Amino acid sequence: MSVQRMHILIPMDVESIENGAIEVKKRLNSEIYKNKLENEVKVLETGPIGVAGRGVVIVVYPDRVFYYNVKPEDIKPLVEEHIIKGRIYDKLDYSINDQKGGKRVDYENYGLAKKQPRVVLDKCCLVNTFDIEEVIARGGYKAIEKILDEKISPEDVIRIIKDSGLRGRGGAGFPTGLKWEFTRKSVGDEKYVICNADEGEPGTFKDRLILEGDPHKLIEAMIIAGYAVGAEKGYIYIRGEYELSIERTQRAIDDAKKYNLLGKNILEQGVNFDIEIKKGAGAYVCGEETALIESLEGKRGNPRIKPPYPVSHGLWNKPTVVNNVETLANVPEIIFRGADWYKKLGTEKSPGTKVYTILGHIEYPGLIEVEMGTPLREIINAFGGGVKHGKKFKAALVGGAAGVFLSDELLDVKMDFESLREHKAVLGSGAILVMDEDTSIVDMLFSILKFFAHESCGQCSPCRIGTRHLLELIYKLKNGEGEKGDLDRMIKISETMFNTSLCPLGQSLVMPVKSAINNFRQEFEEKLNMNN
Amino acid sequence: METNEILKNYEKREDNLLSILHEIQNSKQTHHLSKEDLKAVSEYLDIPLSFVHGVASFYTMYSMKPRGKYIVRVCQSPPCHLMGSTSISKELMNILGIKFGETTEDGIFTLEMTSCLGVCGVAPAIMINDTVYGNLTPERLKSIIEEKRREK
Repeated sequence: MSVQRMHILIPMDVESIENGAIEVKKRLNSEIYKNKLENEVKVLETGPIGVAGRGVVIVVYPDRVFYYNVKPEDIKPLVEEHIIKGRIYDKLDYSINDQKGGKRVDYENYGLAKKQPRVVLDKCCLVNTFDIEEVIARGGYKAIEKILDEKISPEDVIRIIKDSGLRGRGGAGFPTGLKWEFTRKSVGDEKYVICNADEGEPGTFKDRLILEGDPHKLIEAMIIAGYAVGAEKGYIYIRGEYELSIERTQRAIDDAKKYNLLGKNILEQGVNFDIEIKKGAGAYVCGEETALIESLEGKRGNPRIKPPYPVSHGLWNKPTVVNNVETLANVPEIIFRGADWYKKLGTEKSPGTKVYTILGHIEYPGLIEVEMGTPLREIINAFGGGVKHGKKFKAALVGGAAGVFLSDELLDVKMDFESLREHKAVLGSGAILVMDEDTSIVDMLFSILKFFAHESCGQCSPCRIGTRHLLELIYKLKNGEGEKGDLDRMIKISETMFNTSLCPLGQSLVMPVKSAINNFRQEFEEKLNMNN
Repeated sequence: METNEILKNYEKREDNLLSILHEIQNSKQTHHLSKEDLKAVSEYLDIPLSFVHGVASFYTMYSMKPRGKYIVRVCQSPPCHLMGSTSISKELMNILGIKFGETTEDGIFTLEMTSCLGVCGVAPAIMINDTVYGNLTPERLKSIIEEKRREK
């Protein structure tokens, strides 16, 4: 293997491709070839880098210079200046830092990428994840190897996960180790592991970045889960809109099989585990685990009545563990480094890190991974660069559409399961939608309610009828036709839905409705007064 | 490929239903599932036609109405809404001369709404068939549609 003096990383995800990354890569390669540098410099495709809204991004190693908004026509001078002459090509914006200046900053230090203890995304933008040998060289599959080499029993694997305090990252925050233990103890001739990759929560794309950027981590985690609970078959249910995720994950599965890391007799150690991808077809409700199971069985995605829970009656009524992508992506590192290491990150009751997508009116939208318990203010200002165009902060919708509107008074809230619950908020999917002073909260709530009215599956009446009623009320209000008592009516409907709906879809609407009206009451009342 | 040819590649298992419907729909220029398709699937998997219809009508990605060659899906979720998807929707209706759920007379474009596409970093965004377009402005939208029109 030849050693290159320089690596150029180019993240290749849906957004980068949209921004023209393929053409940039083509030019890079041809320029390097033209200058006969192919033995010295290597261009690597990596997973997403976690920066959005900055066009095509490339990173030059070992100098760690980070260029953004790269266009194909920049490549020729860039190669000449930086690769050949060793100077920064300063015609391009090559760095971002807190001061938003153009001065040189190492890629690790700039806004979104700085001081992040990456557990989930550790390989996402550093490795050519499409090359399984490189993944393995960077520590991929070392956790399953450790389990098999050191003959760690399934019970001990569960104990490590329980000790680590890992909690589900899909929204509910249920302890993962406990879920595994229940599944292991449930009686059944066959058991299943399902990875919930039906990421439909508006404003959330963290799972997509893991699927596009480090699918091997997920595969490894599922093998470990299967080993722990006693399952030999796993399914990854990916939403139908995520074409690239499906393609890359399938490729990773095929590669893993070639290397005997998946399939029969894994690493010659007598463990069998196989993974199949199932593609969704566009239904938000399928993110709910029992609806997902129904869909996986080839049915309408109507949620089941719980209990019984999937841990005892899941896929085809067999014991099934359903975990979110991000939850699973934590598993290999925990196994490899131990529960104590993991517990040092985050808070006592919510250990570890959390991946957030920050977007909306924000200077640097994108993806970050920070420790649990990081204050919202720090996430928005230090990692997101603050509100766009220097405007004033008005609100953040935290946790997706089924999340909570937080006003500036709550900016210092710590982002972990417990602290948020104190403020009747949730971590949800980890989406943080920032709104500036010019945003109409009434209009945003309208958008949310429209979404829910469309996505209600229609199975239970409170949700089917409630979402429709709420939409009608907010529509009236938005158009200045609201009547006195409408606000209380909206709160009451959402509370009724919370108490009587079958699944979290109907139950969670109370959060955006109540938080919007309570935290921004004045704005709603102004709209009301337009009519009176 | 003919529907029956597609079916042959699948094991007769109910859990293959969604994948089968996807593949049949994708194989057609009209991007839709006809009555005959649903019937063929129901016979092949030995499940009631009403059940197949129930599934096909539940998921937004399936259509039982013929659609255009290009399906333009506009993300309507809160993040795109915040970044201006409403004006993008209006502009699209204007350029194409159709409303949501309709197909242009020449059968080239169908306009649809979609829930979050998960590309919020480039909001407002749309998806045309399998390709995502983001950071949209009315001008950019015009050139994208014109380009697609030329491609036909």
